[in-house]
Amino acid sequence: MKGQLLEVSGVSVSFDGFRAINNLSFTIGPAEMRAIIGPNGAGKTTFMDIVTGKTRPDAGRVLWGEKSINLIGMNEARIAREGIGRKFQRPTVFEDQSIQDNLLMAVKNKRGPFPVLIYRPAAQDQARVEELAAQIGLADQLSRKSGELSHGQKQWLEIGMLLAQEPRLLLVDEPAAGMTLAEREHTTDILVEAARTRAVVVVEHDMDFVRRLNCKVTVLHEGAVLAEGSLDHVTANQQVIDVYLGR
Amino acid sequence: MTRSFVFRNPSVLIFLALLALFTLGVTAVSEGFGVGLMSTSFVKTLGKTLCLALVAVAMDLVWGYCGILSLGHFAFFGLGGYMIGMWLMYERTRGIVETSLAEAPIPPTPQEVVDAIGNQIFGVVGSSDFPLVWSFADSLTIQLFLVVALPGLLALIFGWLAFRSRVTGVYLSILTQAMTLALSLYLFQNDSGLRGNNGLSGLQNLPGLNAVPQSTVSVWFLWASALALGLGYLLAAWVVSGKFGSVVRGIRDNEARVRFLGYSVESYKLVIFTLTAMIAGIAGALYYPQAGIINPAEIAPIASIYLAVWVAIGGRGRLYGAVIGAVFVSLISTWFTGGQAPDVNLGFYTVKWVDWWLIVLGLSFVLVTLFAPKGIGGLFDLIADRRRPDRHGDDLGPDQGSLREKEAVE
Repeated sequence: MKGQLLEVSGVSVSFDGFRAINNLSFTIGPAEMRAIIGPNGAGKTTFMDIVTGKTRPDAGRVLWGEKSINLIGMNEARIAREGIGRKFQRPTVFEDQSIQDNLLMAVKNKRGPFPVLIYRPAAQDQARVEELAAQIGLADQLSRKSGELSHGQKQWLEIGMLLAQEPRLLLVDEPAAGMTLAEREHTTDILVEAARTRAVVVVEHDMDFVRRLNCKVTVLHEGAVLAEGSLDHVTANQQVIDVYLGR
Repeated sequence: MTRSFVFRNPSVLIFLALLALFTLGVTAVSEGFGVGLMSTSFVKTLGKTLCLALVAVAMDLVWGYCGILSLGHFAFFGLGGYMIGMWLMYERTRGIVETSLAEAPIPPTPQEVVDAIGNQIFGVVGSSDFPLVWSFADSLTIQLFLVVALPGLLALIFGWLAFRSRVTGVYLSILTQAMTLALSLYLFQNDSGLRGNNGLSGLQNLPGLNAVPQSTVSVWFLWASALALGLGYLLAAWVVSGKFGSVVRGIRDNEARVRFLGYSVESYKLVIFTLTAMIAGIAGALYYPQAGIINPAEIAPIASIYLAVWVAIGGRGRLYGAVIGAVFVSLISTWFTGGQAPDVNLGFYTVKWVDWWLIVLGLSFVLVTLFAPKGIGGLFDLIADRRRPDRHGDDLGPDQGSLREKEAVE
């Protein structure tokens, strides 16, 4: 397919007979914001696991970029280097290390052990770290240990680390979980800003948050796409109401 | 961020200064170079302790920083000892054989000399031929190379297989322990070519330096051990100071996250595992000439477990903690098990420390792990008033995620 960044086609995976993903197909463009919603067990997180290489599907293809490289079979680190960043459900930052170290680790650079061993931070990397810290609202806290941050700040730090990787596709799992209203707004701003130059896929439960993102929505159910379109369009869909919203 | 390495790591400078002071102090009171207040055997004990501190630094790198609880680093230590021991034993036996054959009416052929050396070394296991592994025993250069290369190669192969299959945690520990046990059982066999359970002996005698008394040799080895420890500490501190250290600690705390950042976790583990195996080999090569003898019992898994205990008691994740743990626990072990500690008469029972020491050590290991996970090194935090943040946030599951940290705790 031309002009698509990621194309998932015919992907299926089952765990002990349970079909988590069932013949899933959809595509994401190069600079697009997409929300994925669906009830628990719809396969949202499994979908991310497959794209990032954590889970290997039983069937199907995941094609990436202009050259349509098949991502299946690559390991997680390789896929990350290809330009796919992932944010986990829970904030996972390196709590024992400072915000500076966390961000510096994520800044796009050579990832091999030997280049990293002799690496000394260049001025441009430091500038990038400071720029990112400003973007996520942690500019004055670079030397703090990230374990001391609040829940919301950790989420931002992780998003900041994701942006530092300069990925072409961001997979974000429930970014607004556990955030206050003000924090949510800031998170929305960061994500919308990021989606100007790259693809952002957000998995979210919270309908208000999805509405604020104001983007195309894909509804997953039992491992397959149930509906796709604007939020108003999908929420008007009777099937969607039955499986998800009606509850 | 442009501050110098030493400025960012003041503990390195303090450590090196203390090490230099210690070495000078021991030299000044030694029998070989100083006023003779300290016995040569105690100088050797201190020299050996420095080697143990070096292998503890390696263990701290691999366990305290990278989170790999290796129960095999004493095997690498022993291999280093065997490699240098082979040369020491071969050369010394050659010296003895050549002296005795020189009195023979017909000068011996080179083959006769080699046969006589083989007879001397392997007579004890009922053989006289040199096994293949002794091929390079006559070359100091090659054996010194093997001190580093053999543990490194073994670690590389083992690590590659283990890390590639993503064996982690306690399973990896068991695997490393199995490797250690297999190696020590193999070396126990007479036909392993390394004299079976007799091991290699007489290593304290340096070939060609028969005239130099042990009191002098012991101080030389003390210096060499101190130098190796200093350089090893500096190397370890450098490795963990920069981004590499960040990544390695990241692997310890959350391997998957590091992977999703694009770092190949397996390569990093392999680099650390191999590097520390090499350091352990060097430490062993300096230790066993001071001990004088090496046998397969030294490689037994219990030795590697002790190593983990030292590092845990000293304080994981800080290099000076490992040194403190190794020095403190090994010296105090020597004191208790050497019969120097006075027995405690409780009236109904007399506590003999030789029997009870292991229990005390085991108990203190459990207590340290439970109540002072930062170990002895943690005491320095009190002085520096540098507290780690309360670790939290990670235990919140996705379902509780809608609660904020505070709400969820309440």
